Amino acid sequence: MDLNTITDVVRPRGRDALPRWQDGDAWLAGGTWLFSEPQPHLNRLIDLASLRWPAIEADERGLRIAATCTIATLEAATVPVEWIAAPLIGQCCRAFVASFKIWNTATVGGNLCMSLPAGPMISLASALDGVCTVWSSDGGERQIPVADFVLGAKKNALAPGEILHHIDLPAQAFMRRSAFRQISLTPFGRSAALLIGSLSPRDGAFALTITAATSRPIKLVFASLPDGRTLQDRIASEIPDELYYDDVHGAPEWRKRVTPVLAEEIRQELSGGAAP
Amino acid sequence: MSYRVNGRSHSAEPWPGQCLRTFLRQLGWLGVKKGCDAGDCGACTVLLDGEPVHSCLIPAFRADEREVTTIEGLAKNGALHPMQQAFLDAQGFQCGFCTAGMIVTASSLNQAQRQDLPRSLKGNICRCTGYRAIEDAIRGVNNVEDDAPGQACGRSLPAPAGPAVVTGTERYTLDVAIDGLLHLKILRSPHAHARIRAIDRTAAMAVPGVEAVFTFEDAPRRLFSSARHEITNDDPDDTCVLDDVVRFVGQRVAAVVADSEAAAEEGCRRLKVDYELLPAVFDAEEAMCSGAPVLHDKGPESRIGDPKRNLVANVEWNHGDVEQGFAEADVVHEGVYSTQRVQHVPLETHCAIAWRDADGMLNVRSSTQVPFLTRRDLCNLFDLDPAKVRVFCERVGGGFGGKQEMLTEDIVVLAALRTGCPIKLELTREEQFIATTTRHPMRVAVKAGARRDGTLTALQMRIVSNTGAYGNHGAAVLYHACGESIGVYRCPNKKIDGYAVYTNNVPAGAFRGYGSPQSGFAVESAIDELARGIGMDPIEFRRRNVIRAGEAMVSADSLDDDVDYSSNGLDQCFDLVQAAMRQERETDRASPHGWLTGEGVALTMIHTVPPKGHIADANVALRDDGSYDLTFGTAEFGNGTTTVHGQIAATALGTTADRMKIRQSDTRNGGHDTGAYGSTGTVVAGRATQLAAEALHDAILGFAAEHFGGSGWRLEADAVSSPGRRIALTELSAAARAAGRELSAGGTFGGTPRSVAFNVQGFRIAVNPQTGEIRILKAVHAADAGRVINPMQCRGQIEGGVAQSLGATLYEELLIDDTGRAINPTLRDYHVPAFADLPRQEVYFADTSDAVGPYGAKSMSESPYNPVAAALGNALRDATGVRFDTVPFRADRVLLKLAAD
Repeated sequence: MDLNTITDVVRPRGRDALPRWQDGDAWLAGGTWLFSEPQPHLNRLIDLASLRWPAIEADERGLRIAATCTIATLEAATVPVEWIAAPLIGQCCRAFVASFKIWNTATVGGNLCMSLPAGPMISLASALDGVCTVWSSDGGERQIPVADFVLGAKKNALAPGEILHHIDLPAQAFMRRSAFRQISLTPFGRSAALLIGSLSPRDGAFALTITAATSRPIKLVFASLPDGRTLQDRIASEIPDELYYDDVHGAPEWRKRVTPVLAEEIRQELSGGAAP
Repeated sequence: MSYRVNGRSHSAEPWPGQCLRTFLRQLGWLGVKKGCDAGDCGACTVLLDGEPVHSCLIPAFRADEREVTTIEGLAKNGALHPMQQAFLDAQGFQCGFCTAGMIVTASSLNQAQRQDLPRSLKGNICRCTGYRAIEDAIRGVNNVEDDAPGQACGRSLPAPAGPAVVTGTERYTLDVAIDGLLHLKILRSPHAHARIRAIDRTAAMAVPGVEAVFTFEDAPRRLFSSARHEITNDDPDDTCVLDDVVRFVGQRVAAVVADSEAAAEEGCRRLKVDYELLPAVFDAEEAMCSGAPVLHDKGPESRIGDPKRNLVANVEWNHGDVEQGFAEADVVHEGVYSTQRVQHVPLETHCAIAWRDADGMLNVRSSTQVPFLTRRDLCNLFDLDPAKVRVFCERVGGGFGGKQEMLTEDIVVLAALRTGCPIKLELTREEQFIATTTRHPMRVAVKAGARRDGTLTALQMRIVSNTGAYGNHGAAVLYHACGESIGVYRCPNKKIDGYAVYTNNVPAGAFRGYGSPQSGFAVESAIDELARGIGMDPIEFRRRNVIRAGEAMVSADSLDDDVDYSSNGLDQCFDLVQAAMRQERETDRASPHGWLTGEGVALTMIHTVPPKGHIADANVALRDDGSYDLTFGTAEFGNGTTTVHGQIAATALGTTADRMKIRQSDTRNGGHDTGAYGSTGTVVAGRATQLAAEALHDAILGFAAEHFGGSGWRLEADAVSSPGRRIALTELSAAARAAGRELSAGGTFGGTPRSVAFNVQGFRIAVNPQTGEIRILKAVHAADAGRVINPMQCRGQIEGGVAQSLGATLYEELLIDDTGRAINPTLRDYHVPAFADLPRQEVYFADTSDAVGPYGAKSMSESPYNPVAAALGNALRDATGVRFDTVPFRADRVLLKLAAD
């Protein structure tokens, strides 16, 4: 929709040209959220697309995704064949409530910075041990794990004027077997629980990342694939009731009940059918 | 900067915060529609460098030096794009407002995406079709039949508007350019109940571009109802154009008129309103209790049932002795069934433009189902001469009852009269949710008894209807809830207590089904429980207890003496559903492993016309070129009546439907039309068209005999003939003109007598006991629509009605917090069914012919909606053993209730 209070759009060509952050500013990445709601408190947009960051780079260290990389570009990325967890990229892209058309516009960084519990790029990046690189307003930068970047529903670690620049997903994280489960109130609706399990073929370590059901990502790490009871107990003990998210896309009590159901499916899938 | 759209360069520059959607429309590409303006519905889809995007989310400046293609750019060298042709061949649209975005999206799909339409189309909402016809289009199915002279009725002919719809050139309400247009925006109440002490407009008037501000001090003090009915007294006069008391969050507080929407919005933000907060009540039961805040302390002239108890209307009705009936019963079921607040969600939001033309005529172009009744009440409200006021619509982007109201026209007319300028008002999607109308939420306590031999002994209901802050449709919806849902059952003892109650919520209004879906959910669930209780098949139990032709329909609706029940359509519907449920079809889905499965059915009966008269005039005239002018009042909003009228007139005149030049829904054309509501487009307005066409048929033959002599004249497609002679209609028309004779005829139908139509819905479903998810495995619908004039369109009405009802049964609910504020007034948070959410339905028609309707047709717009919730609830009961008495059956609520039981 038209953002009628916007009087100025700044289109910087480099970091030097970034204007000093002030009240009424907003970073414009894809704009798919910004332009989807009235924003009467804003009067200036700073267009990050003008900075022309390289969208995506894969090398032996891992995948570097610019905050301004579109979902469509991420989904179409080519990655080394030994990255066996790469299907998670497509699975998480398809977990968007938004259609493939929005993927052409929406950005990975935008999804992280919205910090909605159901943000599937948060699920992806936290499950794959992602690390955010943030540009601070004083010209420096800092790193912060994705799991610590998202603090709660619509809350993240960015200070005013800071910019999420890119996310690194380490290659090792891709070299794990993975399983993905998602549920919503409607067949392709907004995620009410999105769980990703991964199993290291090297040392047998298992990690379960719980998103959407909870107001921030929860990662449970096990030295080996646990039995069902252990997994359930761990979920019960590490996720207090108040962490289950409450909005129109699912009652918290329901999210609490389906989370272990999906977790068990993941555990069974990764056990290769021979569940302990 | 340079903007290239459909190969044409534009030098205009967007303003900084403008999105591509409005920029394209500003450049004249009006095929780009607004459904939500938030990226959820896809109606504004365009191609940006060949990639489909939602143009409402694209900052317009980003289209600089890129190639934009809209629906208007798909056709090349005068030839339709194959996808446009496919939508035409399959008739993959109803109102057509979503169609441009749908076609642009579909045209961009690769082979893999076409194989996965549930995912590929999740960003495109169609509220009319239920998506089957859209799937047909993308799969290349042709649903259109050929016409033949005099045989149009009964054939699946295409909608006359089709070519314009698929090319994006069909004009909807705001698809016009008007010089000097001013924009109106409304400041809405943040409070559920408050008195406005004062409004300071100084700062608002200082905003550059703001031309005027209107508050309660500027509006007529006259009370009216936003509901449109032929009989004005059906609704209480409780509403002002602008009131000094606001009674729900979202009510109009003031209107700002400016030369841009931006300035009008800024003006609204700068208004300073001094509110005196008043206590509010949201629950209907509480609102009836003594001590509750009184919403409308008005006198008897407002025709409010009992203002002190917040009662708009109430029903106390008794037939036989229910206590005796319960005593005789072997099984008694009691339950309280609740239905929620749902919104119509037409893709085109309410909107209107008013302007005075050079002749002094006040024109109101509106997205309305009721132009004639709107003109009547605008004239009453503003003391205008009806001869100097014109209200009209062209194609309306969906209505579903929500546009059987006057919700925009009064305020644009006020502003147009005061400023002398053309005024436009377009509601946002959020305003559509918080400030138009919804279905009436109801709590229905039902008690029903039956003997073991399958005889119904007693039926009792206590209905509490939450009508919201204003009483528009409150009484009539309550009465209708008390009508056919129990009238269809032969039962010696019946009792109803009903209450339509004011609360501080967004007003409820007319919505497809009009009370029947709510009471039907309760009654049809109870009937299912009784059948289970006595161990009888639920269809068998219904067969024994439904009324037969000739029997009295006994209900609290005392206005049914003109209703004729002459066909056995209901029995056929039972047979069709029973047979279909037993038969395997390729569209059936298998149950996932470990899920519970169950089946359920429910029925509905509907009077084919609302009570108390529904009036339609039509006129048919022979044109010089031998074709016909067909003029009628009813509106087209995807219901397909325009097609049907052409078919009816063509049949009566022995010609083909393409020879009808249709003009409709414009008060300037003269005559009267109560409006396109109550499923009357075919059975009332169509009857008027039939009468007019038959009269013209006789007039033409009479003139032929008189002028050309001889006898035995017959009317053919483009000529009249008698043995040995054939005279082209062009020649006859010229002769008539030369003789000073006008060959035209009118027809009028008053909506009485009436008849009844039936629908039976069957579902097989699977339920995941671990998550509460429901999957529909099979959906079967049988309808007694009398003689079906256009099978393709009628099937579409049924599929669309069932689809809309499935939304309300499974997903939709407008949630209100404890301060009266809507929690989810966006399409992202209020989920209407997308392609993936709906089954492919089986639709069957009973073979009947109605004694009353045109060519034996019955109404079939609302009733398919009615039995869906109960049929699904009955299937859920069958699958899980648990009775669900509250819709929607959301997965979270299903699981939590299963766990609790």
